[in-house]
Amino acid sequence: MIRDNSGVVEFKADAPILVMERLCKSYELSSMELKVLRDIALTINEGEYVAIMGPSGSGKSTLLNMIGCLDRPTSGDYWLGGQNVSLLDDNQVSLIRGARIGFVFQSFNLIGQLNVIENIEVPMYYQGCSERESAEHARELATMVGLGERLEHRPSELSGGQQQRVAIARALANDPLIILADEPTGNLDSESGAEILKILVGLHKKGKTLIVVTHDEHIAEDAGRIVEIFDGRIRCQ
Amino acid sequence: MFLFRLKRTAKLGIKSLWMHKLRSTLTTLGIIFGVSSVIAMLAIGEGASQAAQEQIARLGSRNIIIKTIPPPEDKEVSGQNQSMREYGLTYLDAERFRNSIRNIEVVVPSRRLPQQAWYRNRKVAVEVIGTVPWYPEISPIQLRAGRFLGSIDMHHRQGVCIVDENVMKELFVFDDPMGQDVKIAQDYYRVAGVVSPEDLGAAAQTPGNDTEKAKAQGGANVGCIYIPLTTVRNRFGEISMQYSGVSGRTMERVELQEITVKVGAMEEVLPTRDMLETLLDRFHKKNDYQVIVPLELLKQARQTQRIFSIVLGSIAAISLLVGGIGIMNIMLATVSERTREIGIRRALGARRRDIVLQFLSETLLLTLLGGILGIGLGSLVPIMVTHFGRMPTIITGTSLLLAFGISGAVGVIFGLYPAYRAANMDPIESLRHE
Repeated sequence: MIRDNSGVVEFKADAPILVMERLCKSYELSSMELKVLRDIALTINEGEYVAIMGPSGSGKSTLLNMIGCLDRPTSGDYWLGGQNVSLLDDNQVSLIRGARIGFVFQSFNLIGQLNVIENIEVPMYYQGCSERESAEHARELATMVGLGERLEHRPSELSGGQQQRVAIARALANDPLIILADEPTGNLDSESGAEILKILVGLHKKGKTLIVVTHDEHIAEDAGRIVEIFDGRIRCQ
Repeated sequence: MFLFRLKRTAKLGIKSLWMHKLRSTLTTLGIIFGVSSVIAMLAIGEGASQAAQEQIARLGSRNIIIKTIPPPEDKEVSGQNQSMREYGLTYLDAERFRNSIRNIEVVVPSRRLPQQAWYRNRKVAVEVIGTVPWYPEISPIQLRAGRFLGSIDMHHRQGVCIVDENVMKELFVFDDPMGQDVKIAQDYYRVAGVVSPEDLGAAAQTPGNDTEKAKAQGGANVGCIYIPLTTVRNRFGEISMQYSGVSGRTMERVELQEITVKVGAMEEVLPTRDMLETLLDRFHKKNDYQVIVPLELLKQARQTQRIFSIVLGSIAAISLLVGGIGIMNIMLATVSERTREIGIRRALGARRRDIVLQFLSETLLLTLLGGILGIGLGSLVPIMVTHFGRMPTIITGTSLLLAFGISGAVGVIFGLYPAYRAANMDPIESLRHE
């Protein structure tokens, strides 16, 4: 399903899925250097369930963006599936992002003008799937997250919990290795939050690497490992 | 693969435009009007030029027309006394042309008199043309029935006439004019033939000439009646009364209103014109003639047409430019409105190139749609102009292609910047954008 001409999406099976070494990220803010991440060293193996915790402003969202290849480190190295992401150009990074990483955001981030099926199709579109293939796959995924009845609905016609299910289905569209969830239950009531968590944990049990950024201690309890980040540094893991 | 992507991108574009129907329509309007004005203006310009050139061509590109005009310095004198004004071309002039300029093949002297023609109880204003049997050589008229003037008519100063189809329609209505008698002034003339109308239109009319007199004497004439030159000279004489409000009446003596000469080839027209002018200059002390060269008029008309086209084209181009800027403006607004969508798409694996393609295709679709609708509207305008304004218009295939091509180019040019702006947005900031 994934069309890759450059070979960047090929992951080495034996290596850890994610390795960060002395990774730093800083922003220039009116001639003052603001260090958001300092000397991050993190290794995550395939199939792990990692919770990233920390107070707001500690840099956990930046770390998540870094893992998801949305942001680039100021210094240090980042290997994703044995590939040094720092050396790839924007096109290749985009390809990896689409093929290997599934994002689940706190605010769902569905495209309002598209219906459920079309939203799920978006990542497949950028990997060059055929229309029929992607529509079929999107339907399967929607049914899997329990939205088989609402394929033609717009996001605005769905509840928060349902929207987040669409987002999860969309994250799974290209069968990624890593699912990155940024406060996935943050905008949901406890009941639908619990359901969403159940789906995510279920995915982890099926072998997906799951990385969740959260404030919620309950979520962290289920995780195999907790990475606590404070003031741009990893405090304990 | 590429084509397949293009198809999906186009589909995506159509969908997103369809979601903002009103906005898309309003945006497209600029292009619609731009394109239709290009087409309409080119069609009207082309039609006007074709009509003018046809009219001039009917005058004959190998002809030189010398017309009698009232000399300007004579006008003041005529205000003071009632003496006879004598001016204009003479039979001698015609003779001189024939004898002294070798290039000239045909010399056609003619008199043109505004008159009224009677048949039974009907009366119409006509132009009586007293001329020679070889008049058809310098005129586009064609024989429809009977015969044209002959040398026997000339020799015996026969009371015969040839009417054109316009006169036939107005004067005879349902009757067959052949062999009927038409009364002009005091005399009767038997109709010997019918010819097609000369229909020289505006190009043949020169200021201070018979046409204006005809209008003064009872409206525009409906057509021409051809009578042998000798008959006209005999029956109408050469003296006419001029009534003017201030000075009462004056007498005028004019032998010929017009001499038309025809040369062998188009290259000879201008040299012959110079010779004619030299010749005329020697024998005419007063400036009482005017030389018209249809070929030159044709060249001038083409020149005018070129300027006309440039002016019209610039106006149309400006309206397209305005349409393009309108599109760019809307696309920039769309891009900033959809910042979050762009961020989401980038996070889901869209490359910069995909984003560029997405927005560029939307702009392109808008402008091409505008182009197609503009071609429709732009083709309709000339048809209406022809129908209601009675002006000839010509829609050429080139102008359609040009307009369509321009609208596409406008789409690309004005779509690129918004598309690049969309593609170069930082995905993280776009995702945070509300």
